[in-house]
Amino acid sequence: MAEFIAYLIAGIATGAIYALAAIGFTLVWQTSQTINFAQGEFVMLPAVLILLAVKLFGLPLWAGGLLGIAVFLLIFGAGFKLVVVDPMIKHGVLPLAIATMALSTIMKEGAKDGFSAEAQSFPSLVPTDMVNLLGVSISLQHLAIIVVAFAAIGLLQWFVGGTRLGRQMQATAQNPTVARILGIPVERMVLLTFLLNAALAVVASLLISPIYLAKFSNGETIGLFAFIAAIVGGFNQVRGALVGGILIGVADSLAAAYISTQYRLAVPLVLLVAIILIKPEGLMGRKEERRI
Amino acid sequence: MSAPAAQNSIASRRPARRIDAALIGLLLGAAILWFAPVGMGRYGTYVLSLWLVMSIGVMGLNLTLGYAGQSSLAQAAFMGLGAYATAILTTKYGVSWYAAFALSGLLTFAVGLLLGFPALRVRTHYLAFVTLAFSTLIWLLIRNEQWLTGGVYGISNINRPDFLGIKLFGALEFHRFVVVVTLVLSLKLWWLVRSPWGRAFTALRENPVRAASLGVDTRAYTLLAFAIGSAYGGFAGSLYAPLVEFIDPSPFSLSQSLFLLLMVVAGGSGYLFGPFVGALLGVVLPEWLRFAGSLYLIIFATIVLALLVICPQGVCGLIERGWHALRRKTGGAR
Repeated sequence: MAEFIAYLIAGIATGAIYALAAIGFTLVWQTSQTINFAQGEFVMLPAVLILLAVKLFGLPLWAGGLLGIAVFLLIFGAGFKLVVVDPMIKHGVLPLAIATMALSTIMKEGAKDGFSAEAQSFPSLVPTDMVNLLGVSISLQHLAIIVVAFAAIGLLQWFVGGTRLGRQMQATAQNPTVARILGIPVERMVLLTFLLNAALAVVASLLISPIYLAKFSNGETIGLFAFIAAIVGGFNQVRGALVGGILIGVADSLAAAYISTQYRLAVPLVLLVAIILIKPEGLMGRKEERRI
Repeated sequence: MSAPAAQNSIASRRPARRIDAALIGLLLGAAILWFAPVGMGRYGTYVLSLWLVMSIGVMGLNLTLGYAGQSSLAQAAFMGLGAYATAILTTKYGVSWYAAFALSGLLTFAVGLLLGFPALRVRTHYLAFVTLAFSTLIWLLIRNEQWLTGGVYGISNINRPDFLGIKLFGALEFHRFVVVVTLVLSLKLWWLVRSPWGRAFTALRENPVRAASLGVDTRAYTLLAFAIGSAYGGFAGSLYAPLVEFIDPSPFSLSQSLFLLLMVVAGGSGYLFGPFVGALLGVVLPEWLRFAGSLYLIIFATIVLALLVICPQGVCGLIERGWHALRRKTGGAR
């Protein structure tokens, strides 16, 4: 039982990270019909950029971290929208989706050639000790991940629902035409969404890299899990992405522990197909909300 | 609605002329490729054959993407299925290559139907996600089931087939065999795209709502296009195994599937010759750009990204655009 709870908590921790990536993914989809197939690489890259900044300029970790994050937000928050999405959106959803696939290849191969083909360790922000809680030994790192991820998601929810800026963003996502008529600077709101997506990716990257190390190919799995989390939870909702992410994380952790470590990746696939067959609008989605 | 209808009738009249040109182009291309490797040496011949084999895989994906408007991220996985099925059947069970080739096609067709059915229940990009997950699964299977696939060590000593008693062991002989198979498969596709079936595929891509209102069973046709496209992946894999004579999991990974998809776009999705151009850019060009090394994938992806911004119809679309501009210019001069 104690073992089971430990796996459960590990699953919730990784699931919370997938949820962060999935939330960014749905935000960007909602405001600009961009299906970002590079989402996994978005989570992979910040850690790599930080390590690269530390290595190249000999900076201390905190300065390298700030520089790496700033560069990432600039290029993959604002730059991604201005250079890739804006010129492409008029060609339709499919070419844009393919463009993000091309981008994912560039990011992955760029990280491999420009940084390292090997996995590099990434410093953890919290001690990696185990604590004993009511007879269950829990990794402090997992607890910290859960706290940080949920704080980030809570902050986001508050921002979107509780502030004027956030509500303007929501209006833009729901109906850009009406939002424009109401005087909301739609373009700026869309840009804000892309920046938020990049910021969520940074948080996810900082949380996951100490566990899975910084490696160019990490994005494949993270991306896959984030997409599946978004679909399982219901494509158009922050809440759905959260539930989907946790579900996938827990399913993955338990599958690795009790079924097969080699085929742990197969479990989300089964979950995905099951959801598509039974409830294609997602667990938390309502039928009319599904626009894809 | 009258304006699009008029446009459609013009569009449907134009391909009728282009189709004969396409047929001649295919036959001519095959004839050139039959003799092309003379004096190129073993490696040059191998690269040419590899180009054609990849073109078959890209062709299938072009049917899915370019004609039916669905993105599949598992074409390399389907190639892997075909390659491993062929390799296992021929090396372990002594099945003839021809039977293995047919079985590979059937297998991938069936798997395509199975995968596509749930995904296409909910239109658009769900197929991309399902195939994405599938491609990961196939890679795991190939790598982990060592008793069957040899795991990371792969399968070696895959024999090349005979043709009417002629042994095809040499690079040139096998290249010519590949040319014939490629020609047969591309003629089949050319016929398919021209047939009422193929017209339905195109109608789907151009205007799914209208196609549905005209009584086209959108889902069935999309599913069929995807399954046939996947079967072409299987055929390509089935040819790939005896060409390379050794297979391991690496050429069938997710990145390779993405790479194949980018080749479709680079060549021009929805064009009959698009896959050949795309595979040329993806397979042959890196041989000339050896100095770029592993950076080539980045260069290629950047080219595709740029093409998507400038001309989403790819190189074939660019050529067509240039051709029309030229004709208009000469027409105006007269």
